[in-house]
Amino acid sequence: MDPIIRISQLSKTYASGLHALNSVSLDIRRGEIFALLGPNGAGKTTLIGITCGLVRPTSGTVLAGGHDVVRDYRAARRLIGLVPQELTTDAFETVTATVTFSRGLFGKPRDPARIERVLRQLSLWDKRNDKIMTLSGGMKRRVMIAKALAHEPQILFLDEPSAGVDVELRRDMWDMVRALREEGVTIILTTHYIEEAEEMADRVGVINHGELVLVEDKHALMRKLGRKQLTLELPERLEHLPDALAGSGLELSGGGAELVYVFAPGDEREQITGLLRRLDAAGVAFRNLHTQQSSLEDIFVDLVRGDRAREGAGVGER
Amino acid sequence: MNHHAIAAIYRFEMARTFRTLVQSIVAPVISTSLYFVVFGSAIGARMTEIDGVSYGAFIVPGLVMLSILTESISNASFGIYMPKWSGTIYEVLSAPVTPLEIVLGYVGAAATKSVLIGAIILATAGFFVPLQVAHPVVMVAFLVLTSVTFSLFGFILGVWADGFEQLQIVPLLVVTPLAFLGGSFYSIHMLPEPWRTITLFNPVVYLISGFRWSFYGVSDVGVATSLLMTLGFLVACAAVVGWIFRTGYRLKA
Ligand SMILES: Nc1ncnc2c1ncn2[C@@H]1O[C@H](COP(=O)(O)OP(=O)(O)OP(=O)(O)O)[C@@H](O)[C@H]1O
Ligand SMILES: [Mg+2]
Repeated sequence: MDPIIRISQLSKTYASGLHALNSVSLDIRRGEIFALLGPNGAGKTTLIGITCGLVRPTSGTVLAGGHDVVRDYRAARRLIGLVPQELTTDAFETVTATVTFSRGLFGKPRDPARIERVLRQLSLWDKRNDKIMTLSGGMKRRVMIAKALAHEPQILFLDEPSAGVDVELRRDMWDMVRALREEGVTIILTTHYIEEAEEMADRVGVINHGELVLVEDKHALMRKLGRKQLTLELPERLEHLPDALAGSGLELSGGGAELVYVFAPGDEREQITGLLRRLDAAGVAFRNLHTQQSSLEDIFVDLVRGDRAREGAGVGER
Repeated sequence: MNHHAIAAIYRFEMARTFRTLVQSIVAPVISTSLYFVVFGSAIGARMTEIDGVSYGAFIVPGLVMLSILTESISNASFGIYMPKWSGTIYEVLSAPVTPLEIVLGYVGAAATKSVLIGAIILATAGFFVPLQVAHPVVMVAFLVLTSVTFSLFGFILGVWADGFEQLQIVPLLVVTPLAFLGGSFYSIHMLPEPWRTITLFNPVVYLISGFRWSFYGVSDVGVATSLLMTLGFLVACAAVVGWIFRTGYRLKA
């Protein structure tokens, strides 16, 4: 299937001379949730801005639903809904008026039933006649989401949807995003909360200094980079690894108080059973055992700090 | 044409007008009435007729133009400056709308308001002086043309401005003097040379002259010249707006 968004060698140099994006190429698949991660100033908002028509690309192309976002912007933008990073709303408008405005702006005829559905979905129905300036920050963010959804977009950009949002609203938002995906909407979100990407995304892209460092299926990424390790706490310190355990993959650590095993790809249960059998044979007992898996956050920090860090870095302490 | 978008912007802007009905309509009516009281009744009683028209009646077209110019500029400039300033312009810039549609929405609403105000001021003037309109079609044409042209000018100003001061200072320092010196309160034939020739470089002279002709059939410059100059200014403003959207000037990074 054709990607719904195809970004090819996209570069952006701002008037200040700053290179915000450096030849980024990326395909977004139809119907997926894609999380774009990266530190402050990495270029996430710039990438979204170019796709939505707020920023002019310096070079490269973006196709949305096969339409060039510059040359054929009308067709491209019809497909896209945007919730920008900054909270910007019309203070004096009512919730219903501003959401109705958005729908019209994107070329759709009035449809009060649709607006009602969106407002109810976002728990804004009770506030529909309130002026936006009387709403709390979290409510305003919901209004912005409602505006983006008013014209039934096929692609939704959420630029840091959970910034300044409490746990409950974040949960609501995640539920909403999942529901949208069920309807076939493609969602691209940026976030600084790694657990958000970990919980929500199908695929993850990491951007740093305007370069796309990595794009990977989330589970594959976890499998590939997220090392899982088994730690056995010993009742007494060992001077050195017993000869019987040589070549088993077990290593002595913690000053001889622990044995550590890094799982190889494949069946973990089998590996554990094998290990336990060899420990038994070698007459090594243990007090306790636990496993740890590195999170996306560990992976992310490693990537951003540079590849050199990965060699030395152990598994995270989460 | 994305007519839903034009309608959405137009409605949004008109709602803004009606939300601020007092400032929008009452203020220009009061200030115009003051002009009539001072110039029309108090001073005008001691003035002779100009071109066969009583002084009170003579200043009506100029006063209407004065209000239309300032109102068109301030309305259209605020209309586009506010979303730029608050950031809500992101939505218009990311919408499937052409520059023409955006301009039709914003400028159309600003011009509508100006025409309304012009009509209200004319009606108000009718209380103070006997009014006659010799060429109603031309009168309406000038009213609409001027409203659209200066709303376009206001749109450019709103896109260009970096702050509220600039938004206020251009009408104050440029437009009001041009309107006052453009023959709102006198016929430029009353000026001595070289001022008379210099005045002919003031575009507002042509608006007021043409507009006055539509009332009383008398004018400082030929009505065809007036119409052409007004159209020329309209085309110039439209060209600048086209350039703004082509380059993304002060709208897109
Ligand atoms: N309008 C602009 N003019 C000049 N430089 C800009 C502009 N917008 C962004 N930049 C710069 O481009 C770089 C990328 O910014 P961008 O907003 O895309 O980052 P981001 O990944 O979204 O960061 P954050 O996580 O803080 O939102 C930054 O160095 C920023 O300072
Ligand atoms: Mg950002």
